[in-house]
Amino acid sequence: MKAFSFSRASTPAEAAASAQRIEGAKFVAGGTNLLDLMKLEIETPTHLIDVSKLKLDTIEATAEGGLRIGAMVRNTDLAADARVRKDYALLSRALLAGASGQLRNKATTAGNLLQRTRCPYFYDTNQPCNKRSPGSGCSAIGGFTRMLGVVGVSDACIATNPSDMAIAMRALDAVVETVSPEGATRAIPIAELHRLPGDTPHIETVLTPGELITAVTLPKPVGGKHVYRKVRDRASYAFALISVGAIVQPDGSGRVAVGGVAPKPWRVEAAEKEMVRGAKAVTDGLFAGANPTHENAFKLTLVQRTLDAVLTEARG
Amino acid sequence: MKFDTPATTNPIDQLKVVGKPLDRVDGPLKVTGRAPYAYERHDVGAKPAVGYVLGAGIAKGRIQAMDLAAAKRAPGVLAIVTAENAGKLELGKFNTAKLLGGPDIDHYHQAIAVVVAETFEQARAAAGLIKVEYAPTQGAFDLASARDGAVVPKNANAPADTAVGDFGRAFAAAAVKLDESYTTPDHSHAMMEPHASMAAWEGDSLTVWTSNQMIAWAAGDIAKTLGMPNGKVRVISPYIGGGFGSKLFVRADAVIAALAAKAAGRPVKVALPRPLIANNTTHRPATIQRVRLGAGSDGKITAIGHETWSGNLPDGSPEEAVAQTRLLYAGANRMTATRLALLDLPEGNAMRAPGEAPGLMALEIAMDEMAEKLGMDPIEFRILNDTQVDPEDPKRPFSLRQLTECYRTGAEKFGWSARRARTGQVRDGRWLVGMGAASAFRNNLTMASGARVRLGSDGVVTVETDMTDIGTGSYTIIAQTAAEMMGVPLEKVVVRLGDSSFPASSGSGGQWGANSSTAGVYAACVKLREAVAGQLGFDAATAEFADGEVRGGGKSVPLGDAAKAREIMVEDKIEFDKEMTNSKQQSTFGAHFVEVGVDVATAEVRIRRMLAVCSAGRILNPKSARSQVIGAMVMGAGAALMEELAVDKTRGFFVNHDLAGYEVPVHADIPHQDVIFLDDTDPMSSPMKAKGVGELGICGVAAAIANAIYNASGARVRDYPVTLDKILDRLPEMG
Ligand SMILES: Cc1cc2nc3c(=O)[nH]c(=O)nc-3n(C[C@H](O)[C@H](O)[C@H](O)COP(=O)(O)OP(=O)(O)OC[C@H]3O[C@@H](n4cnc5c(N)ncnc54)[C@H](O)[C@@H]3O)c2cc1C
Ligand code: SF4
Repeated sequence: MKAFSFSRASTPAEAAASAQRIEGAKFVAGGTNLLDLMKLEIETPTHLIDVSKLKLDTIEATAEGGLRIGAMVRNTDLAADARVRKDYALLSRALLAGASGQLRNKATTAGNLLQRTRCPYFYDTNQPCNKRSPGSGCSAIGGFTRMLGVVGVSDACIATNPSDMAIAMRALDAVVETVSPEGATRAIPIAELHRLPGDTPHIETVLTPGELITAVTLPKPVGGKHVYRKVRDRASYAFALISVGAIVQPDGSGRVAVGGVAPKPWRVEAAEKEMVRGAKAVTDGLFAGANPTHENAFKLTLVQRTLDAVLTEARG
Repeated sequence: MKFDTPATTNPIDQLKVVGKPLDRVDGPLKVTGRAPYAYERHDVGAKPAVGYVLGAGIAKGRIQAMDLAAAKRAPGVLAIVTAENAGKLELGKFNTAKLLGGPDIDHYHQAIAVVVAETFEQARAAAGLIKVEYAPTQGAFDLASARDGAVVPKNANAPADTAVGDFGRAFAAAAVKLDESYTTPDHSHAMMEPHASMAAWEGDSLTVWTSNQMIAWAAGDIAKTLGMPNGKVRVISPYIGGGFGSKLFVRADAVIAALAAKAAGRPVKVALPRPLIANNTTHRPATIQRVRLGAGSDGKITAIGHETWSGNLPDGSPEEAVAQTRLLYAGANRMTATRLALLDLPEGNAMRAPGEAPGLMALEIAMDEMAEKLGMDPIEFRILNDTQVDPEDPKRPFSLRQLTECYRTGAEKFGWSARRARTGQVRDGRWLVGMGAASAFRNNLTMASGARVRLGSDGVVTVETDMTDIGTGSYTIIAQTAAEMMGVPLEKVVVRLGDSSFPASSGSGGQWGANSSTAGVYAACVKLREAVAGQLGFDAATAEFADGEVRGGGKSVPLGDAAKAREIMVEDKIEFDKEMTNSKQQSTFGAHFVEVGVDVATAEVRIRRMLAVCSAGRILNPKSARSQVIGAMVMGAGAALMEELAVDKTRGFFVNHDLAGYEVPVHADIPHQDVIFLDDTDPMSSPMKAKGVGELGICGVAAAIANAIYNASGARVRDYPVTLDKILDRLPEMG
């Protein structure tokens, strides 16, 4: 870990402004991802701005009938919120499928959205990695790829986004609110927050330098049955091989977002229109243009079978 | 004491303390955080500096240049040791690759430098500033492709080839045959406590506080590596947070701490960071195994053949995965073969039940497959082929073998009769449910073991031996042994372990520790009883030691009186007469029963119930023995379902080198576990009549799980771990 300096911002705008002003600065929230990466010198910020004490830790009803979730609301608190459990059960279930109780107590809404990939080569600084050091190459391609992505990937990077929460957020059409170093605010639909890797896998989101996430809003509840099914090698405390987050309406229509397969929470609106026709039709659409490796091609079958089970459960 | 005739009745048979399910005597220290582990010896000496180990960034090749300038200038840095300035280092007797590499690199993450600084953070940051230029060379990293070049291993415990009868003819002629290949992957010990050491010099004497299973080996190899006389090295390792074989030998942390302490001129402590452990230390090597079974239509095995291939660095040893096949089942015509390929992966070496653990993973699936071919119940097939004599040498009986009893007892308890012979028949909601069984088998090894016992005037008996407690319960069973022998309550016994200044013991490994080390304490206590009797004027042969008193000839005297004038101190060791102990085959046996569910959609496997029935000699403490077995069953579940060091076959290293990537079971993976110990005592094993259980428990578990998965789903997987991607395509269609 490189030595770094530390400060605590008192307002979101001030945090954003100092992030731009101080060269090499980064925000730290729960620190559960960033500090691990700093210990391995995968992230080497020279300065940390603690945003965890900003008053961004409340969940409020919006005028539109939805919820506004402060960026610093802890994963544990979000999952336990009565309104979330009642109207956005998918979110609660996805959160509880992630990490462990201790980690969820620390992890924040914004930090969770911006957690970085778990590609093992990204974690080993001896190995080339375009995401960690742009232009060095991708050592995963041709290597151990069982956990990595099958769709939306590029020749430069096949890593996945590991967040469970983000799958639910995507299915729920969440919107990310930010403030820029200049004090300007904007609202980014979750579908647009994460970028596909293309030639620049190190640029993971559309956020600009210093831009701070202040909240995530959920539109008014859409009803339906909410099922989050995370499939993994062990029963708990493991990242997903794949996960399926679905909202299924009584008429058989619905939404589905998939985790563990792509560099971002994977949802294809055109594909989910096929939901009444069953899992295969949806999966075909989700994975149009997929480019799996020999080791991770099973994820396509696994998503289809899991979705099938999820739809059966939701309709049953 | 020479153990050269089978044990007869002795004071241990009273079983007043031995054989009781007593709580660990070291438990309170551990749960209150007061048991000092190597990295936390705040109680000894000056505040140590901290060393951070830099591992090689390539698998094979040479260091061209190493730029230490920036690291040397970094805040807090006291010294940097590399092969260039470390002085001449020998290779330890128990090491295959050098513990401090350079300029040649033998494997990935081989230690190439240690940075010593005032704090851990400073040392780690400075290590990150070292610039290394490598000239990589080609290496061999893939066992499957190196297999053709595999040769007869030089450093093996057992012969590379064994043959009895005419395997080829008998197999060809057999009415029913099986010929299948199986693979097991590389495994990491993944013990909780990383390798850690603190070293301090006093003149030319060195003390190393470390975490090590075999104190005498450690002291010897530290001395050998550093070119020091044996007597100048003291090793202290009273508490060990798990080892599973990875701490049988001195590793980089100990040697490097010693070098660093010398360079820095003060005590230095070093722990291997978790991401370094998989590639820097040893692992259980992967195997490819071929099993051939031939039987008559009556189910009797006529031919049994087992071949295994593993890889290792030059001069490394093979994984002896055929070990159990020589002894487990009857059959007149038999062969085994062990071959070793050259691989440039990190050093392969012992991990819990080396040989048998991966060997049974293959053999016991093969037995299940064969039973099916024969149309027999897999347990009945095994019982039919049970043997009371060494199948390679029928004149040699087993000392005690209750495999059939293990199966009968377990089948009854587990409800085996409800198992459906046809696969995929039982459904519980989303789960396909099935049962599987497999034999557990592990040889009982014995090792010479010494102890010193002291009696104080307060009647307190103190035992000192360099035996280790690697979380197994050694403190407790040694205390029980001394209490039984001297007729005192457990509270009157003090046990001191893990110090090379104490008499050399068996150490902890190969499940020999419990039986051998307590037998050593028994021997010392026999001597102490004689000394006490002499001092108090009793006849040693007939005196009774009970309730803190010595009794005989109508009088009774408090035990402590014998030490009124001064403490009595005696020392002895148990030595096993090989001819006598080998006259019968000593092994431990068990039967594993598992019920699994396989998710009908996702092929996720979840274990629903587990039972192990063990026959392993006298159980010295049923509570700590049970803990050993259930822990081993958990490890077997890991081997069955998830554990695999993923090899990058071009870059030559284990990629998933942390505990996020190398998954071991969590609580949610483990259901209720039952363990039954059959009542048995084995007078051939030692005066304790005990054997080992710590490794027996893992043997066969993974195959029982794989067999249960087959029974549940119809998917026969021969390549471990049995992950869902290997089952998925063979499940019924959805929708
Ligand atoms: C052992 C382990 C297991 C895990 N398992 C899972 C799992 O199964 N599923 C899962 O989904 N996750 C898992 N996680 C990841 C966990 O969910 C994340 O570490 C956590 O959500 C990150 O939140 P944080 O608040 O701690 O973020 P931090 O570590 O503080 O920050 C993460 C990133 O977000 C940035 N950031 C933080 N706040 C803001 C803000 N307001 N605006 C802009 N940028 C910001 C930081 O600069 C940093 O780059 C696991 C983590 C660990 C360590
Ligand atoms: S897949 Fe992406 S993160 Fe992984 S090594 Fe390649 S570039 Fe790096």
